[in-house]
Amino acid sequence: MAWDEVIYQYDGSFEGFLCCIYESYINKEFPIAFSGDEECFSLYAVRCVITDADHARRVMRGLENRSASGANVLRRAFLTCMEDKEAHLYAFARKLFSQGGAFLKNQSDEVYHPLAKAIRHMNGEVEKLRGFVRFSDYGGVLGAEIEPKNRVLPLLRSHFCNRCANEAFFIYDRTHKDLLLYSGGRSRILRVDRLDLNLPGEEEVHYRALWKRFYETIAIKERINPRLQDTHMPKRYRNTMTEFLPADHECRKSAIPAKAAAAFPGSAAPGGIPAPGTLR
Amino acid sequence: MDLLEKLTILSDAAKYDAACTSSGAKRSYQVGKIGNTSSSIAGCCHSFSADGRCITLLKVLMTNSCVYDCKYCVNRRSNETKRAAFTPKELAELTIEFYRRNYIEGLFLSSGVLRNPDYTTEQMIRALRILRHDYAFNGYIHAKAIPGTSPELVTELGLLADRLSVNVELPSEAGLQSLAPDKTKAAILRPMGQIRDSVVQSKAELVKYRHAPSFAPAGQSTQLIVGATADSDRHILHLTESLYQRFRLKRVFYSAYVPVVENTLLPSPDTKPPLLREHRLYQADWLLRFYGFRAEELLTEEQPDFNPLIDPKCSWAIGHLEQFPVEITTADYETLLRVPGIGPVGAKRIVSARRVSHLRFEDLQKLGVVLKRAQFFITCGGRIRSGLRFSASTLVHQLETIQRGELPPDGTMAQLSLFDTAG
Ligand code: SF4
Repeated sequence: MAWDEVIYQYDGSFEGFLCCIYESYINKEFPIAFSGDEECFSLYAVRCVITDADHARRVMRGLENRSASGANVLRRAFLTCMEDKEAHLYAFARKLFSQGGAFLKNQSDEVYHPLAKAIRHMNGEVEKLRGFVRFSDYGGVLGAEIEPKNRVLPLLRSHFCNRCANEAFFIYDRTHKDLLLYSGGRSRILRVDRLDLNLPGEEEVHYRALWKRFYETIAIKERINPRLQDTHMPKRYRNTMTEFLPADHECRKSAIPAKAAAAFPGSAAPGGIPAPGTLR
Repeated sequence: MDLLEKLTILSDAAKYDAACTSSGAKRSYQVGKIGNTSSSIAGCCHSFSADGRCITLLKVLMTNSCVYDCKYCVNRRSNETKRAAFTPKELAELTIEFYRRNYIEGLFLSSGVLRNPDYTTEQMIRALRILRHDYAFNGYIHAKAIPGTSPELVTELGLLADRLSVNVELPSEAGLQSLAPDKTKAAILRPMGQIRDSVVQSKAELVKYRHAPSFAPAGQSTQLIVGATADSDRHILHLTESLYQRFRLKRVFYSAYVPVVENTLLPSPDTKPPLLREHRLYQADWLLRFYGFRAEELLTEEQPDFNPLIDPKCSWAIGHLEQFPVEITTADYETLLRVPGIGPVGAKRIVSARRVSHLRFEDLQKLGVVLKRAQFFITCGGRIRSGLRFSASTLVHQLETIQRGELPPDGTMAQLSLFDTAG
């Protein structure tokens, strides 16, 4: 077992990953694998990379000097769910450092293509979710849950902040446990391990029922085509869509009265949104 | 009658209208208003119904009562069916609440003709005014202009809506005469002309004064019913082309006729809707709008209908083998675009990638080219794909075999998306 075969362990953040690139240059070594956060049992040597904002900035600046669009590709690709993400990103960053950004013109480039493909997949998910996110009105605050494969909240943020500018709303990403909060022109994303939703009010249940009815009625029965429907709207999205849930789905999910407030640090959510559970 | 029942009746009666996209109007958030239309640019789908069609807008009729008696229509006067009408306020409220929950991108409002076209349009205008003014709704609105409505009312409707449409429905005058005796071609085309001129005028005024009211900024569209009359694909496609050119329509939609009534002039009620034909027409429409094709190139007098087994682009290529093969490493963008299996995105990527790298057949797939279709029509570095065998006489059969896999086993339904640009 050679000492130069080393695994990098970092905190899972983008800054942390940039610091991995920094460390590998300083130490002149090629990490053979990366591990974000969790404990790492391995026969290989492990380097623990401490996230350092200054190091991260320096790496970013270096990348941007090589190619601004390349740096952007790296940033976006980090949000994707591609397999061996860090290894691909690391190879990409190295190529960018050594050759500059000309290879980005060729989407079939062997280093660039895996990232381009993963980003396309993510963009597809973002585009679908712009439409598939379903809000419920929890006493004046709109709330939605999603289960995306990619870490899409940062990419959905500006769309929904614009569309719902006059509302207070939250979107919870169950997969990555990120919560986007918005109110009064300000938004932020926090990590929240668990979110229990408030029970829907009567009016909310009424509008859900109207939507479900519209959804069923608008289909032309002579044209029923589940294969086409599945292509456009894969089943995995339907878990969080009103038209596929019972009108009072929160009641069925847990017997215990839900307490969304518990998910927020303090009694009110940051950014001035009253925690959903405290209303009504 | 409660709202749930009204909604059921009035969405059921509206469902045959194919036009459910919201593209083409960019209006971002404004202080104090609800919503925007910036995601409508790409025609954001909020759901897909069991028939696989995109749901973007709350698609309903103001009322399904109608004084007319168009034979192909469920709302015709002589049909015995339950009638309902929204009040303007009800409809506005429903739209807002659906919109807030991100169910929809906006409203698609059509109507049967209650009393007369003007009265009906006034009802629609009242609903839209409440929505725009009282509820400050800033999202997308598509409204139907009913033939026979006075020009002033069409103007008012156009100032409230993002898009207007007048449905041509039947592709020929003869069809109109026999099936929609209350309508004439002239009555349909008149508002179309007015809308076109108002859109142009409004755009010019917007350049001069930034706050001039904008008239149907997303333009106008129409719908043609396919399969209720004997019109050929060629006739329909030429009509489409002239509608795009003469009336500057943004979209023409096609709706496979679903037999809803028994009438000797119409296909019998057990006829299946011609979905595959509808699909081919959408593909051809796409070729007109994004690929630089003209209708006369795609269909001829000798061959007035599309081969249902092969998409129109492949059919065209088979008829023009003298223009192939196309050399991937040197052909210009327009030429690449004519190759089956290469769409606008793929063509752009090829042009970009070949500047920095030698392209091989394996790379083309990564660039988004559908190789199993394109392979017959291209060379890469002067060579055809290794292992590929075909001749002019086997080509049709080979392409049919490939495309059969894209259709469902019973061969009646088109499985491809309307927005499938890969071909
Ligand atoms: S005018 Fe319109 S709603 Fe009335 S019968 Fe004719 S197509 Fe149907």
